[in-house]
Amino acid sequence: MTEAATLLEIKNVAKRFGSVKALRSAELRVRAGEIHALMGANGAGKSTLVKIITGVFPCDAGSIVLAGVARNFRSPAEARRAGIVSVYQDPALVPDLTLSQNMRLARVPLESVTGYLAEMGIGKVDLSAYVRDLPQPILRLIDLARALASEPKVLLLDEITAALPSDMAGKVFEMMRRWRERGHAVIFISHRMAEVSAICDRTTVLRDGATVGVTETASGSQEQIVSLMLGTDIAKAAQSVAQPGVGQSIPKDEPPTLEVRGMGLRNLLHDLSFSLRPGEVLGVAALEGQGQDELFDCLAGVRRFDSGTILVEGKEVHFRHPGDAIKAGLVFVPANRLQALLQQRAIRENVALPMFRSPRSWGPLSMARERERVQSAVTRLQIDTRAEAELRRLSGGNQQKVVLARWISHGFKTLLCFDPTRGIDVGTKRQIYSLIRELAAAGSSILLFTSELPEIRLACDRAIVMFAGRIVNEMPAREADEATLLLSAHGLVPRVAAEA
Amino acid sequence: MVRNDPSEKGATGFLPSGGARVASMRWAGRYLPVIGMPLLLAVALLFTTWIHPSFGAFDIQSLALGALPLAFAAAAQTCVVISGGIDLSVGSLIAVANVLAASTMQHADFRQALLLAAGILIAGAISGAINGAIVVLSRIPDVVVTLTTGFIWGGVALLIMEKPGGGAPQQFLDLAAGTTLAPWLPNAVILLIAAVAVVWIPLKLGRAGLLVYAVGSDRVAAFRSGVGVETTRILAYTLSGLFSAMGGLALTMTTAIGAPLAGVYYTLSGLAALVIGGVSLTGGRGGISGPVLAAFVLTLIPTDLIFLNIDPNYGQVIQGTLIVLVVMLGGFVTVLRNRK
Amino acid sequence: MSARIPSTGRRPPSVLGKRSRDLLVFLRDHTIVALVLLLCIFVFGIELIRPGTVTPTWLSNSLQFAAPLGILAAGQTLVMLTGGIDLSVASVATGAAYLLTTNVSLGGFAAVLIALAFGVIVGALNGIGVALLQVQPLVMTLGTGLMSGGVMIVYSQKMLASQARVPGFIQALGSGKLWGVAPLDLFLWVPLAALLIFGLSRTGFGRLLYAIGDNRLACHLTGIRVWRILLVNYILCSVVAAVGGLVLVGSTNAADLGLADVYLLPSVAAVIIGGTSIFGGRGGYGGSIVGAVILTVLTSLLTLLDVPEPIKQILYGAIILVLAAAYARLTG
Repeated sequence: MTEAATLLEIKNVAKRFGSVKALRSAELRVRAGEIHALMGANGAGKSTLVKIITGVFPCDAGSIVLAGVARNFRSPAEARRAGIVSVYQDPALVPDLTLSQNMRLARVPLESVTGYLAEMGIGKVDLSAYVRDLPQPILRLIDLARALASEPKVLLLDEITAALPSDMAGKVFEMMRRWRERGHAVIFISHRMAEVSAICDRTTVLRDGATVGVTETASGSQEQIVSLMLGTDIAKAAQSVAQPGVGQSIPKDEPPTLEVRGMGLRNLLHDLSFSLRPGEVLGVAALEGQGQDELFDCLAGVRRFDSGTILVEGKEVHFRHPGDAIKAGLVFVPANRLQALLQQRAIRENVALPMFRSPRSWGPLSMARERERVQSAVTRLQIDTRAEAELRRLSGGNQQKVVLARWISHGFKTLLCFDPTRGIDVGTKRQIYSLIRELAAAGSSILLFTSELPEIRLACDRAIVMFAGRIVNEMPAREADEATLLLSAHGLVPRVAAEA
Repeated sequence: MVRNDPSEKGATGFLPSGGARVASMRWAGRYLPVIGMPLLLAVALLFTTWIHPSFGAFDIQSLALGALPLAFAAAAQTCVVISGGIDLSVGSLIAVANVLAASTMQHADFRQALLLAAGILIAGAISGAINGAIVVLSRIPDVVVTLTTGFIWGGVALLIMEKPGGGAPQQFLDLAAGTTLAPWLPNAVILLIAAVAVVWIPLKLGRAGLLVYAVGSDRVAAFRSGVGVETTRILAYTLSGLFSAMGGLALTMTTAIGAPLAGVYYTLSGLAALVIGGVSLTGGRGGISGPVLAAFVLTLIPTDLIFLNIDPNYGQVIQGTLIVLVVMLGGFVTVLRNRK
Repeated sequence: MSARIPSTGRRPPSVLGKRSRDLLVFLRDHTIVALVLLLCIFVFGIELIRPGTVTPTWLSNSLQFAAPLGILAAGQTLVMLTGGIDLSVASVATGAAYLLTTNVSLGGFAAVLIALAFGVIVGALNGIGVALLQVQPLVMTLGTGLMSGGVMIVYSQKMLASQARVPGFIQALGSGKLWGVAPLDLFLWVPLAALLIFGLSRTGFGRLLYAIGDNRLACHLTGIRVWRILLVNYILCSVVAAVGGLVLVGSTNAADLGLADVYLLPSVAAVIIGGTSIFGGRGGYGGSIVGAVILTVLTSLLTLLDVPEPIKQILYGAIILVLAAAYARLTG
């Protein structure tokens, strides 16, 4: 190991927020000319570490050494001047300014940004367009181009591919490799093991705020990384995300719990029809922005559609408000937990929330009954209740479990799960999928969208693929391997699936 | 309800493109705020000449004089609101500048008065900066801070001058009164344009303006883009203080006295002008011309009421109703748009 | 290999001992204790400046004076818990008081009803704007405040001021005392406070106020019709403000059009000092009560200091800022 080539060294960094220790002793050594993955379960402290490195907030202890000099950045601007630039999970572009104004804001040369944009294949983007008018994936690439334009020696990418369609993710990887060839360092954070093993040279694994290991990311080290992340020797954790009774026989004679007929919404959804039987988990596979968000929104009563009907147990229903959908038995778990939870309130209040839908429940409440209902759901989902008083102190996985606990304690016929495992660690993922199987086994129907295609096979009975607002393919889960799904998700399947 | 999901626009294609309707809507969105206010003012003036045919140059002069302090109050509020904050101490700062001017200029000659005015402008900027510093450093929400500092500055105004009084040299008053260039162009308007332009144009052309808009639009993104969010917010409050001081001086010019309680009115009316002038209260959007022109429209209301033989006491009702209607209409449009 | 470099953590090691840090943590988790301590310090200060001031009568008087503010702060608390603010409370209180005194000829009861109806109307207007049209509460209530203030000016021009009179029972409510010790307004304020504290913690409506203040979108997605609760809440706030106005006019025994203006800032400040977050979702009425009493005691402290009115005003504002800042530090 050549110590001389170490470009960035993080030593023993610690950070606490109030009573929560986000980082205990984070260590990271990044060489010039490498792509270094930073992995860890939710709440392991990856994002905190990135923010400390880039000066978003200071650390309580430890040191940051860049090219042999101890540094201590007080703001992202200062870090940028020293050659450390990060692309955060959410784009750091100001919505009410135009693109060129944004570039001026960050003091990066416009020509070099447009140069990188052209290399990523979006050179024709209008620089006088307001950021608020541009779609998110494009903004991510622009954010990356802006970061590259300041020619950083260390480039940090925090979950940049999480919501990117695969062709765009490919462009990002290309740029990362280019950066490596130039002798710079890239720190890459991702939950997607496949991406990490494909392009990263080494991986540092964080667990509970401490660095637990560094590995050369050769093929076959995936299991090692996962066991480091989980802190156990479950080598097979990666493949056995869930062990469902996939392919179990679904009773064909019962009427469908949910049926959608010819749903259309402007140019976003076209003539969608499918049905969902009791006890069935139906997977929805699609690239970013193919109408899946709108489909779930319409089913959850968040949004109205133009044509078509929704039938619940054979009866036509109309939703004017999410409350109507819930009344009809359709409950919604949004991808973004912030849209579902009360961060400052207790777990109990979060779980009990839907009970107060009707004005009849505005009166005095029975604490004992409430506690009982909540407790059983919390126990069933094994929610960590050490920080019960304030939800924001819970890890992302536990927060997602609270959303599920809410609907389990409330009761439902159909669960609409939109990417329930986005940004969640492997262990919790497994729990969530086995819970979904359990619920299905008990007779509930589940509509599940997931952005990670391999998961369709693990958790679902049947899968539909959406492309450009249409259902382009349908198949039993056992045939839904990644290649088939990807092909259809890109609209590359000539035949349109037969009606269910 | 808005679901701010990244993919909302995703399906329509990557680049903002196509469709005459989209283009025209964007055009309207960009230019309506710019042409809307002049149009409204023109309509209001036309209406006034219609109900009162002898409305002429002299009335324009008194309108400009009456609107001058309010226009500055609106400008002050605009700076802070664009930066994503709110300043409920504008009126009190106007009062402080007003009584400070009236008490010190009473026996001064014109040159001394100008020097004093410069000093008051600096003091106003400093007071604004103090407001901003408290907002940034104390972590108390800006509404509460400026509500409280407004109370404090109100005390300061009373401390300087307990009862209305004082004065200023005639030449100083003439800066705003009368017409010099053309009978239809009151000096007050020239003064207003000059004062606002001196502050606003360099701001808008330079980097500072970009910072103010960026911070108002998205504080986190601005910070990550390397903007000093705290200094920018203090800058916005400083500008507000500066404009408030201008408002105080304008009040001295137009009333020729200092009144410690006269300022209070301008906090609410300034905000009314801002809302009617089309500046988004969420920050990051809007310009200064809308609120400044709206100040003229608001000032025209009591005048028109007199012409229409209606009790001018209705002025406040109408102003309040106007704010309520404008914001409700704005809300209604947003709700409709989101419903689709 | 880089040289050994000392820690670059910028925060200096805590100078506080473990015990005082524990105390800080305790106070952060039990802010109401900190508030009561602060109140005691103020009372002690008064006794220090003018020994012999703090007597049962003084205490009783202080509570009596605190009641109107405490009641106004009650409405403000409800609204601020949902992440809003009501800047029309002062106008509503004034308007209610003025309507009461000018309609006494219709009978005391009818006059009270008219006064409360005024609260309902303004509150409903606020509620429609904020709840249905999603207008920012600050601007909406500022507008309705301006509007209702204006309506009162016009109304006062039409009324003959000679008719105005405060009915006896309102006067008793605002300034009377039972057996010379227990202020009568406490018999209104205490049940109201009990109702509010119970309602906020033990009813579905209370739960929903916190929930909406915390995350309005989450409530919507959970099937809750947010607008209903907000509408009811703004009406409640204005009605409570109208009640506050009645108690206030009972203590001053005359209604003018600036009656409650001075209460606008304290009504917000009492809630903030009492630990309710202006962004909603956190806090409660218990803190606001202590906040209202602290501000009342602060006023009498400043009166005792015998400084001119403007200085009093400056000090009062400055102390509010210091208290709010200290609170933000403690809990932030």
